[in-house]
Amino acid sequence: MIVGERKPMEEIEAMIEPFDKIIVLGCRECVTVCSAGGEKEVGILSAALRLSRKQNGREIEIKEFSLERQCDHEYIEQIRSMVPNYQAILSMACGAGVQFVAESYPEIPVLPAINTTFIGVTEEQGYWTERCQACGNCILHLTGGICPIARCSKSLLNGPCGGSSDGKCEVNKEIVCGWQLIIDRLKSLGQLERYEEYIPIKDWSTSRDGGPRKVVREDLRL
Amino acid sequence: MKSASRLEKVLESGQFAVTSECGPPRGADAEVIRKKGEILRDVVDAVNVTDNQTSVVRMSSVASCFILKGMGLDPVLQMVTRDRNRIAIQSDILGAAALGVNNILCLSGDHQVFGDHPKAKNVYDMDSIQLVHSVKTMRDEGKFIEGEEIKPPPKLFIGAACNPFADPFEIRVPRLAKKVAAGVDFIQTQCIYNLDKFEEWMKGVRDRGLHEKVYILAGVTPMKSVGMAKYMKNMVPGMDVPDEVIERLKGVDKEKRAEEGIKICIETIQRLKEIEGVSGVHIMAIEWEEKVEEIVKGAGLYPRPQV
Repeated sequence: MIVGERKPMEEIEAMIEPFDKIIVLGCRECVTVCSAGGEKEVGILSAALRLSRKQNGREIEIKEFSLERQCDHEYIEQIRSMVPNYQAILSMACGAGVQFVAESYPEIPVLPAINTTFIGVTEEQGYWTERCQACGNCILHLTGGICPIARCSKSLLNGPCGGSSDGKCEVNKEIVCGWQLIIDRLKSLGQLERYEEYIPIKDWSTSRDGGPRKVVREDLRL
Repeated sequence: MKSASRLEKVLESGQFAVTSECGPPRGADAEVIRKKGEILRDVVDAVNVTDNQTSVVRMSSVASCFILKGMGLDPVLQMVTRDRNRIAIQSDILGAAALGVNNILCLSGDHQVFGDHPKAKNVYDMDSIQLVHSVKTMRDEGKFIEGEEIKPPPKLFIGAACNPFADPFEIRVPRLAKKVAAGVDFIQTQCIYNLDKFEEWMKGVRDRGLHEKVYILAGVTPMKSVGMAKYMKNMVPGMDVPDEVIERLKGVDKEKRAEEGIKICIETIQRLKEIEGVSGVHIMAIEWEEKVEEIVKGAGLYPRPQV
């Protein structure tokens, strides 16, 4: 899923400072799962914003609302009738959601309440980690199912650098060395000899480096 | 000969090679490089020029190499893949070759988090092994990475680093094998303090015959103080400093510790010279270039061969 993290209150407060009537818009997809921007977080953020504005002597009217997804037109349409009554939308979706809502409502500012951090997993309750950089050309079959692009701090494709120590990355001891994981995994698969296969210089044109990407499926288009 | 490199000539002639390094300044003064070059002249066969080491911005490696080349030294252009994509890397390689640089050391580079610009975006368009492969293709096939012809190709003696002390240890020999297969000509290792572990690694290297396919220059760095030894042990990832080294430094008076560090370094070189498959030493006297001559002489490696 896409993992996000709510922005600091001060930053959000500064963003909505010009407005007195806003919609705080949650998303029931990824950001609900990672407890950053779902219905529950919409309630918590709205209550905090109301309280802080009240304390500052300038109350704010907040409409709390959550969509099934903010990355599909059909759901974004659900707020069309309420939008004209507000001055701004504070979206708690990922960056894709914020932008897609903005594209649908050009007459109203749409502001981001969360920082979109990565494509990752829930390792434990309250603990998410990155797994994929969406490079557009998956090589997990070559690296024991562990991605060196996402999990090595230098995205090295042919093995660990000289900074790998006790299974940890040179960047800091909180980061597991991705290549240590790959080697361990190849070992447990009985495929350690695969480490010596040279992985050639990568074609990054399928990644963001090729410009903004799109997927077109003619068989599905109407 | 693959290049006009003096280092290559020394190694090809079967003589024990000595290289050292020169860290460029954090300013635009060419005199700093010239002074270091003067200190190392005739003392070593080739001088590495670091490429923004520890991710701290310094005078460019290509420019510094050119200054040393102008003085008649044989510089080794260190090139990290952290800061340049394949377009910039190939361009700098052509430029360096045009300026008379004969050697390149292919590295991934320290992560930028260690340096003075930790907010920088890194590149890592390729890794160090892919860089070795790319330089080899440029030199021997006369082709750019995408296959277009290079006229004329850059004739560089190709080096890479190896850290026998990093983890996971079991792939450290296979990793060297990968570099050899990619086309590396010489290796300069991480600083060696744990000789037993280095010998274990070298045994693995010999068991696969890799020492016959690549020249291995063993890395050494003299310790200036107990503080430096502790810092290297605890703060530098992938560095193996046994407690004995620290204890030995502690065992002498404070003002004699630098001298003791030099002594340890010389003894290390003497032991390294005896290891089958070690073709030379790489002396990294960090901001202590003036001690290299004493180390080279102390280790019985002076004068350097005329090739």
